[in-house]
Amino acid sequence: MPRTPLRLVRARPEPSFTVTFDDRELAVLPGQTIAAALWSAGVVSWRTTRGSGEPRGVFCGIGVCFDCLLTVNGRPNQRACLVRAEPGDVIRTQEGTGHHE
Amino acid sequence: MSERPRLAVIGAGPAGLVAALAAAARGVSVTLVDAAPEAGGQFYRQPAAGLGARRPSALHHQWRTWERLRDGLAAHVRAGRITHLTEHHVWCVEREAASFAVHALLGPEQEESVAVRADAVLLATGGYEKVLPFPGWTLPGVVTAGGAQAMLKSGLVLPGRTAVVAGTGPLLMPVAVGLAAAGAKVAALVESADPRAFARHARVLAAHPDKLAEGARYAAELARYGVRVHVRHTVVAAHGSDRLEAVTVAALDTDGRVREGSEWRVPCDSLAVGHGMLPHTDLAETLGCRLDGVNVAVDDEQRTDVPGVWAAGEATGIGGAALSLAEGRIAGLSIAARLDSRVPERSSYAVAAKARGGLREFFAVVDKVCTPPDRWVERVGDDTLVCRCEEVPAAAIREAVDELGAGDVRTVKLLTRAGMGWCQGRMCAPAVAGLAGCPPTASRRPFARPVPLGVLAREPDGPASRPDLL
Amino acid sequence: MSNSLTCDVVVVGAGMVGAATALYAARAGLSAVLVDRGPVAGGTTGSGEGNLLVSDKEPGPELELALLSGRLWADLAAEPGVGGSVEYEAKGGLVVASTPEGLAALEGLAAAQRSAGVRAASVGPDQLHDLEPYLAHGLAGGVLYPQDAQVMPTLAAARLVRLARTAGASLHTGRTVTDVLRTASGAVRGVRTPHGDIHAPAVVNAAGTWGGELAALAGVSLPVLPRRGFVLVTEPLPRRVRHKVYAADYVADVASDSAALQTSPVVEGTAAGPVLIGASRERVGFDRSFSLPVTRELAAGATRLFPFLAEVRAMRAYLGFRPYMPDHLPAVGPDARVPGLFHACGHEGAGIGLATGTGHVIAQVLAGKTPDLDLAPFRPDRFPRADAGADPDSAPAPVEGP
Repeated sequence: MPRTPLRLVRARPEPSFTVTFDDRELAVLPGQTIAAALWSAGVVSWRTTRGSGEPRGVFCGIGVCFDCLLTVNGRPNQRACLVRAEPGDVIRTQEGTGHHE
Repeated sequence: MSERPRLAVIGAGPAGLVAALAAAARGVSVTLVDAAPEAGGQFYRQPAAGLGARRPSALHHQWRTWERLRDGLAAHVRAGRITHLTEHHVWCVEREAASFAVHALLGPEQEESVAVRADAVLLATGGYEKVLPFPGWTLPGVVTAGGAQAMLKSGLVLPGRTAVVAGTGPLLMPVAVGLAAAGAKVAALVESADPRAFARHARVLAAHPDKLAEGARYAAELARYGVRVHVRHTVVAAHGSDRLEAVTVAALDTDGRVREGSEWRVPCDSLAVGHGMLPHTDLAETLGCRLDGVNVAVDDEQRTDVPGVWAAGEATGIGGAALSLAEGRIAGLSIAARLDSRVPERSSYAVAAKARGGLREFFAVVDKVCTPPDRWVERVGDDTLVCRCEEVPAAAIREAVDELGAGDVRTVKLLTRAGMGWCQGRMCAPAVAGLAGCPPTASRRPFARPVPLGVLAREPDGPASRPDLL
Repeated sequence: MSNSLTCDVVVVGAGMVGAATALYAARAGLSAVLVDRGPVAGGTTGSGEGNLLVSDKEPGPELELALLSGRLWADLAAEPGVGGSVEYEAKGGLVVASTPEGLAALEGLAAAQRSAGVRAASVGPDQLHDLEPYLAHGLAGGVLYPQDAQVMPTLAAARLVRLARTAGASLHTGRTVTDVLRTASGAVRGVRTPHGDIHAPAVVNAAGTWGGELAALAGVSLPVLPRRGFVLVTEPLPRRVRHKVYAADYVADVASDSAALQTSPVVEGTAAGPVLIGASRERVGFDRSFSLPVTRELAAGATRLFPFLAEVRAMRAYLGFRPYMPDHLPAVGPDARVPGLFHACGHEGAGIGLATGTGHVIAQVLAGKTPDLDLAPFRPDRFPRADAGADPDSAPAPVEGP
């Protein structure tokens, strides 16, 4: 049986719920941050920079670097590594400043 | 108003927790203010409850210490001696006439602020990882070593299937072991330092057999997972278009140069990289506490030079959980005594002070050995971004220094915007200092976190003791 | 002593005014040495917003200097590669009044300014949002000043120093002037630094808020006092604030002599994205400690003018010390008390804007020409000796005589 983080700690997660990420449905385990949910879905970038439009995702993972910004339920510039996903969250990738031009 | 003296502890990692327990047990009314949903800090970061981890200890070391801290906290909270405020992000600590106001933004939204008032403050704010730039370091899939560990500990997720762990310092081995245990293929552990350099500090090492045993244990686990360890090597570049696809690893000469022809490419979808740690000192700096280099300066009792403000743990110098525990205990005892107008008996904290002395000595050695490789600056190409937020390339920093008369981090920042973005230079400051050829200094950041102007504009609830409000 | 240098003029202070003075002196054919104890723009220049304003000045000598400076800034910005590199923006200033009385006072000022050569267009309450779509509703009206502009001050100082060096000037940073050297007859003959003497028949005091200290080294008093100000910086935004926008009471605060805290909202966008929010004024000496109450007032004022800012995050705050003179006019020109000593300091919060005019007239005098402006109102020795150099905030209480 392959090793996984869940098996390592013998996790029995509560039932998953769904959020939308750019209109696509993602299953999330309760308690996971948005960044963890996106990593689980194989997504590693969700923002482009305001200068050259480079893709970015998690870097520091603890809320210090602000690289993992995205828009959650209409609020721009939320740190995916800090914000826990909640059922029904509408999560969007973000470009530039995250504010409407 | 409470008759018991009030202490606000900022940070619920090892230092803050043990200090809170020590002070609460001695009659102090403690408010433990922490940004995380659960206590533990980065070291004892816990899986979210909903994940149902039945064996979280598999991700941790010194689990029994954690259990004692966790259970002690729960008992004090039940007894009303400690108030534990979770998801409170402290953005400023303000000195008032006879007390302190700890201003914290609430929850992940961080759109509301509360003020916690206290007679004394312990800054146990911890640290964050230092990463020096190299070509490709902004690619998705490149994460800090501590970040990979934090995401694993709290979210039970991995950055990818195949990881390389690289940089320097004592964090790399546990990160590589953790990733491998959780199912990642760790293609290589690349450490730029030469462990043989520890031999020059045999006396200090001999005093810490536990640390040597810890290192040996990690080495055995790495071998068990088949992780190749390359010392005196470095990752010279990360490759990929929209995300990481490979890294180039190269051997280093004794003078820090890349050995010609030694480079090889390692396919991977994640790179966990770190070059040591830096303390969070923003709150201390704004309170006016003296800093010693990049650390908060403290005396034997962990007091800063600002009356009523103590500091413990990584904020006073990077040294790991055991040192944080020792410093936190001393701080808690000192605070309890001082708030009761007593001088703490040195004998009451002699054991902790001895541990502190030994561990500081040990980590001074680690700091000497695990220093970023010489000449790393030369490997930062002109077009490599140094400031990730404002997308400032190394060329701009070199121009500011060579052409425009900047000789310090602040002027480089003003001329190039390096350090002016969302992270306020926390990520790029060491690199900017290196490129500018000046010593790293702590930046002034009056707001430890971004604060909405609407929150800032609102006067918080006034001091409870203001007679005009009664 | 090693490293001794000889030149035509030593400019002390590599802030905005020193940079402009070195530039114009070098372009006038003088060999200029610019010296600073810190880096370029390490003092007040690096803590400013980079305002080039005519709108906040009443008719008089300071406004004339501002108009001259504005023309010179526009000329510099038009030189190849300069405008963009200093982030010069001729964006105009919009002064708004919240009450009919405030608007009447503002209109009165604007009328007087127009007669002094300022362009000022009245803006009715219904037109305000054409200029600034995010401005609060319910304002009485405003005045648009198209001549107001902005630069990024640190870049401006550094780039002007670069231009000065291209024109032959030299820069010495990290070099503290410890004395002003004088001949037996009392005339200036250079400055002393720990790295060696710099010989010159002229020394320009462009030491900004620290200009009083440099004057003292030359044996004269100059009452320059620090007036602290905070600036708030927001997260990067798309361009939502187009002009420099401020409330009409700002003009009164600038002109005030009070030592107590005054704040009036000043809001402007920047080329780089963040919005800058000022302005506070208080005389607290060189106290570098952060004040949450002051930044609260700035935030409150800014969100009153632009309600959308309430949800925008402040990323940082910084402070600086404006070089304040008791009569709000800078000291510009030769010091009659010490031959060869010139002053170019004490511009309070307007030093970035007034730097070009100041440097230009100083260079004219150094080159033996008649300056474009009458410098009499800026005479450095215009202050009565008794007050000179004394800080009214810290001086002992005067004893009443019989």
